[in-house]
Amino acid sequence: MEEILEILEKDNKISAEQIAVMVGKSVEEVRAVIKKYEDENVILGYNTLINWEKTSKEAVTALIEVKVTPQRGEGFDKVAERIYRYPQVKACYLMSGGFDLTVIIEGNTMKEVALFVAEKLAPLENVLSTSTHFVLKKFKDKGTIFEERMKDDREAIIL
Amino acid sequence: MNISEMITPAIKNIPPSGIRKFFDLVNEMKDAISLSIGEPDFVTPWCVREAGIYSLEKGHTHYSPNSGFIDLRIEISKYLKRKYHVEYDPKNQIIVTVGGSEGIDIALRSLVGPGDEVIIPEPSFVAYKPCTIFTGATPVIINLRVEDQFRLTPELLEKAITPKTKVVILPFPNNPTGAVMPREDMDKIVKVLEDKNIIVISDEIYSELTYEGSHVSIASYPSMKDKTLTINGFSKSYAMTGWRLGYICGHPDLITAMYKVHQYCIMSSPTTAQYAAIEALRNGDKEVQVMVSEYNRRRRVMVDGFRKMGLDCFEPLGAFYVFPCIKSTGLSSEEFCERLLEEEKVAIVPGTAFGQSGEGFMRACYAYSIENINEALKRTENFVKRLKSR
Repeated sequence: MEEILEILEKDNKISAEQIAVMVGKSVEEVRAVIKKYEDENVILGYNTLINWEKTSKEAVTALIEVKVTPQRGEGFDKVAERIYRYPQVKACYLMSGGFDLTVIIEGNTMKEVALFVAEKLAPLENVLSTSTHFVLKKFKDKGTIFEERMKDDREAIIL
Repeated sequence: MNISEMITPAIKNIPPSGIRKFFDLVNEMKDAISLSIGEPDFVTPWCVREAGIYSLEKGHTHYSPNSGFIDLRIEISKYLKRKYHVEYDPKNQIIVTVGGSEGIDIALRSLVGPGDEVIIPEPSFVAYKPCTIFTGATPVIINLRVEDQFRLTPELLEKAITPKTKVVILPFPNNPTGAVMPREDMDKIVKVLEDKNIIVISDEIYSELTYEGSHVSIASYPSMKDKTLTINGFSKSYAMTGWRLGYICGHPDLITAMYKVHQYCIMSSPTTAQYAAIEALRNGDKEVQVMVSEYNRRRRVMVDGFRKMGLDCFEPLGAFYVFPCIKSTGLSSEEFCERLLEEEKVAIVPGTAFGQSGEGFMRACYAYSIENINEALKRTENFVKRLKSR
C-alpha cells in the first residue's frame, strides 16, 4: 500500500475517501493503513511547504558543515542529538566525505544564525569545526519548484 | 472565378469535425472548466526536453534520414520487443513519422483506392474516415456496443467483411471510449483475420496507457505479423504531443511503399524531436510509470464520480478517457453537452463527435488535475440532478 504514501507525500490534504477511490480500496481500509503508518512512525508528520520569501516574515536559512569527534560507544549519535534538539535546527544529517554533519538552521536574521553557531554549536564538546553557508535563494525544495504554478495552456484541438 | 468551385468534391463533402463546432462554443466561454482536451496535461519529462535542447546546442538542425535516425529506429525496435514482444528490423521495417497521424495517412494511401473498403470500428479517432475518403476508398463502419465494453467482436467484424475489404483499422486502446482488447478478445479477432487477405492497421498510440493488464499488440501473433501495420508514437506515452513524432512498422514491402509517400510528402520527421525521443526510449520508463499511475488514480475518481451521479459508466481500461452513458437523462449527446456547458460551464465532448454509435455517450478526459476533475464532476452532478428532478 505504498501508493497511499506516494499520494500523501504529494498532497496531504487529500481525504481518505478520495484516496480510497484512487487506489480502489474501501475507506475503512485506507484509514486503517494510514493509522498503521502513523503508529509505526512511517508517516512522521503532515508539513506544509511555504515560500517565506513571499511573506513579510524575515527568514534566513543556513547550511552548516560540522566536523566532530565521534565518541566511544556512542559514535556520532550523542553529539548529533545535542545539536538537533535545538528548535533552530531544521534538519541534521550524518554525512560521508569531508565533514560529518550537515546542520540546516533557520533564523530571522543572519546575525541570529551566526550567533547561534558561535554561541551554541561551535563551543560544543566534540565539535571540531563549523563552516556556515547562507542560502541566498531557494529554487526548489521537497521536490517542488518555487515559481508560479504552470497554467493549463493547452489549445482546443480536434482529436 | 468562383473559388469554392475549385475545391474537389471529395474534400468539400467531408463535414467539418463535430468537435470543432463544440470547441467554438467552449472558446466563447472563457471561464468554462474543461474535460475536453485529448492530450496529456503533463509536460514532457525534463530529461527528454533537455536532450532536445542539447541537440540544438550541438547544432543538430539538419534533415534526418527519410525514415528517421537509425539510433531512434533501433531504440523503437528494442522498445516494441521489450514491451509488446514484436520484433521489427530497424533497417527496413520502421519509418519515423510526424505523429501517429501521418502513419494513418501513408498507410491508407499506400494500401487502398477507389473500389476498396476500409473497415473502421466506431466510436473512434476522427481521422480514420476522412483519411480513407481522401484515397477514394469506401469506409465501412462497425458500430461498437457498450454491452461489449466497446470491444471489437468477431461477429461484428465478420459481418462487415466483404470481398472488397482490404484494410481493417484496429483502434485500441480506444479514443474516445477507453476500451481495450485483452488477449482473449484479440484471439477471436485473429481467428477471423489470419486466413484472409486483409491488412490490419493497428493504431496503438495509447498502448502505454493500459490499466490493470498489459496491452496486446496484434502483430505479436505470428500469423498476423506480416499482415499488420503497427502505429505508435511519443505523444501520449511520453507527453510529447507538440513534438509531433510517431512511427509505423510492418512488412518490408509495405514499408517500402509507404516510404515513397513519406519521402515525397514529408521528407523526414523533425530532427530535434527525434533526438529527444531517443532519450525518452532510453531513459523515460520511470517517468512514464509515474504518469500512468497518476492517470489510473484519476480514472478511478472519474468513473466513481459519474457512477455516483447515476450515469452508467463501463470500466475503461485504456487511454485517458471515460465514456459515460447519458441516455437516462433523456437528452441527446449534443443537447446534454451543450446544456452542460451553458448551465454549468463544463466542457465535455459529445460521443457523436466520434461516430454515430457515440450517441447517448460523452467523452470525458482525465488528463487534468484532480482538483479540475473534482470540480467538473461536482458541476456535472448538479446538472444531472436538475435534469432528473424534472
